[in-house]
Amino acid sequence: MMESLATFLNGYLPEGVTTLIVIMIKIVAILLPLILAVAYTTFAERKIIGYMQVRMGPNRVGPKGWLQPIADTLKLMFKEIISPTKASTIVFFVAPMLALAPALAAWVVIPFWDGGVLADVNAGLLLILAITSLDVFGIILAGWASNSKYAILSSLRVGAQMVSYEIAMGFALVGVLMAAGSLNLSDIVRAQDGGIQNWFAWPLFGLLLVYFISGVAETNRAPFDVAEGESEIVAGFHVEYSGMAFALFFLAEYASMILISTLTALLFLGGWLSPFGDLLNDVPVLGFILGDGFHWLFIKSFFFLFCYLWFRATFPRYRYDQIMRLGWKILIPVTLVWIFGEGVAIALGWKPWL
Amino acid sequence: MAEIKNYTLNFGPAHPAAHGVLRLVLEMDGEVIQRADPHIGLLHRGTEKLAESKPYNQSIGYMDRLDYVSMMCNEHGYVLALEKMLGIEAPIRAQYIRTMFDEITRILNHLLWIGAHALDVGAMTMFLYAFREREDLMDIYEAVSGARLHATYYRPGGVYRDLPDTMPLHEVSRWTDEKEVKRLNANRGGSVLDFIEDFTQRFPKYVDEYETLLTDNRIWKQRLVDIGIVSPERALQLGLTGAMLRGSGIEWDLRKKQPYAMYDQVDFDIPVGTNGDSYDRYLVRIEEMRQSNNIIKQCVDWLRKNPGSVMHEDHKITPPPREKMKGDMEALIHHFKLATEGYCLPEGEAYAAIEHPKGEFGCYIVSDGANKPYRLKVRAPGFAHMSAMDELTKGHMLADVVTIIGTMDIVFGEVDR
Repeated sequence: MMESLATFLNGYLPEGVTTLIVIMIKIVAILLPLILAVAYTTFAERKIIGYMQVRMGPNRVGPKGWLQPIADTLKLMFKEIISPTKASTIVFFVAPMLALAPALAAWVVIPFWDGGVLADVNAGLLLILAITSLDVFGIILAGWASNSKYAILSSLRVGAQMVSYEIAMGFALVGVLMAAGSLNLSDIVRAQDGGIQNWFAWPLFGLLLVYFISGVAETNRAPFDVAEGESEIVAGFHVEYSGMAFALFFLAEYASMILISTLTALLFLGGWLSPFGDLLNDVPVLGFILGDGFHWLFIKSFFFLFCYLWFRATFPRYRYDQIMRLGWKILIPVTLVWIFGEGVAIALGWKPWL
Repeated sequence: MAEIKNYTLNFGPAHPAAHGVLRLVLEMDGEVIQRADPHIGLLHRGTEKLAESKPYNQSIGYMDRLDYVSMMCNEHGYVLALEKMLGIEAPIRAQYIRTMFDEITRILNHLLWIGAHALDVGAMTMFLYAFREREDLMDIYEAVSGARLHATYYRPGGVYRDLPDTMPLHEVSRWTDEKEVKRLNANRGGSVLDFIEDFTQRFPKYVDEYETLLTDNRIWKQRLVDIGIVSPERALQLGLTGAMLRGSGIEWDLRKKQPYAMYDQVDFDIPVGTNGDSYDRYLVRIEEMRQSNNIIKQCVDWLRKNPGSVMHEDHKITPPPREKMKGDMEALIHHFKLATEGYCLPEGEAYAAIEHPKGEFGCYIVSDGANKPYRLKVRAPGFAHMSAMDELTKGHMLADVVTIIGTMDIVFGEVDR
């Protein structure tokens, strides 16, 4: 469809402009559903945690509460953004944008189905690592610019936590790229072709756990939410924010959550690939559903997203130093040993890395 | 080199973990607490002073509002002091009712404690689980006294009325349909005692549920074990009572050591800890809930078999029944005197203490022979615990302060009075 649009526009416009327009349309096509997904992730969170906690969750706005996120957005949009008197105003307002931008930009290399990717970059995995590490700046600057003691404590915690977990996360990704032999996300998914038994989740199970745990820590979600630490430092880095500026942090947090879930699905569970491989493609009618496609990615990502919410309803919060200990003393050694073992297996030509 | 200064953080009074209005001024070296300076008084309502200008019975309601999560226990302390001065005793049935409601209150308090404590540590589901059970207990409160929280049910000479034969029922509304109402009312068909018994049968399973969520949870243990250790000697010196003292391994429980009400007739154990850390105190309170449940069961059995009066017969002190009042002149006079002037206590002073869910709660009354106290002093357990704050938190991290506030089970109503 995009190609026909491009050929159509090429007849009237110079080629550069056409490319730009097509890319813009693609960006909108990714971002709009994404932001909608973020809005409804907040709703899903409140509902799912609600049922886990023997209560209803939001059920007043719209049928069964389905308009709740819309109402929330409207409310936040019309609220005044207060900036503290002694805050560093410019940084204070730039920080939420800095937090949101990387969380959205990382989606540029995510393949939604075979070929369904905005930029099929060869070093896609590196790009994602690079962009997501920029997340931390928004948060640190927000904490610093607020000129609040709670906020600065939080941003110091986040700084240390995110940097440490980035290492564990990076190592886990090294395992994946060794197995796939590529940094391109589409190629990594294709390397897992052929059904559920070929997914990287099995040989790299330890790395899957490490990756997802680091992902939870990266996004500052429970039980690693010391940055927000409701009962310790109130709301942490965004304690001084209100209205839309506050909403941007939330948007960033949930966009990263979805990103991490999607990435885990892509890297370890074969992304858009069907767990049945090509076996059931010929089944009439159902073949379309049982075969590869975006819906599998959606289901897999949703599973991890659900885990995020599940953790939040189940676990107490780690203390700051315990988080550091878990990251440095447990997760990083685990990844190192796993990568070493994997390297030996690859060098000796053992299955599944023939 | 730059000069390194301690970081002063104002924790509270409007802080989510401040359990009301605690204001802590924390001096920190990074995240490590060097000094914790609790500032109190933000919820000061002058209960003790107010009591000086009111007939004795009218202050019972103030007692509810001291520690507003264990209402009837506060009343019990005050009422016991009054009875001591008056030299009267409540009828046995009233004493059993008091014992039962003290234990219901203990569970009520511990449920709120476990919910708030877990929420402080980050496990928010606990809070809502605990409130599910609290709802039933508050319905029991409502059934006997008409109020869900501030019951004013205990009176000098007994309790306000006997246990009613019916439970209040749920009604169909916009949000609960007929089917839901039927489910909610399923165990409310019988008397209050039936409902309480039904609760005691369900409750141990609920406690098991809490324990599955918390007791062996690695994160929960990491956050609680070795946090806020109090040695037995220090615990005594600091005047800690209740679970704070028993957690340190000292077997001290007023229910056993100076039995009041019917505690010498019921069978129960006192759990004690060994290390005196937050985790031990957590285990102690969990076990206390189970023990309380047993006591309630025993009381229910006794109350079923032994009907009788629940109010002292001396109508100079306790109001006569309403029916009698309508026909009997003397009863009317008694009622009028009690409602306007109250009764006078003999000159003197008395201290009565009970094992409140949080520790020793006592009332010290000085009377000059009038119908109101010359002075009323309330000994609230939370106040003594609060003073140990600095010692307990020193050297711990900011997140541990929250754990320690939780483990102390502080309610500001009683600390500030």
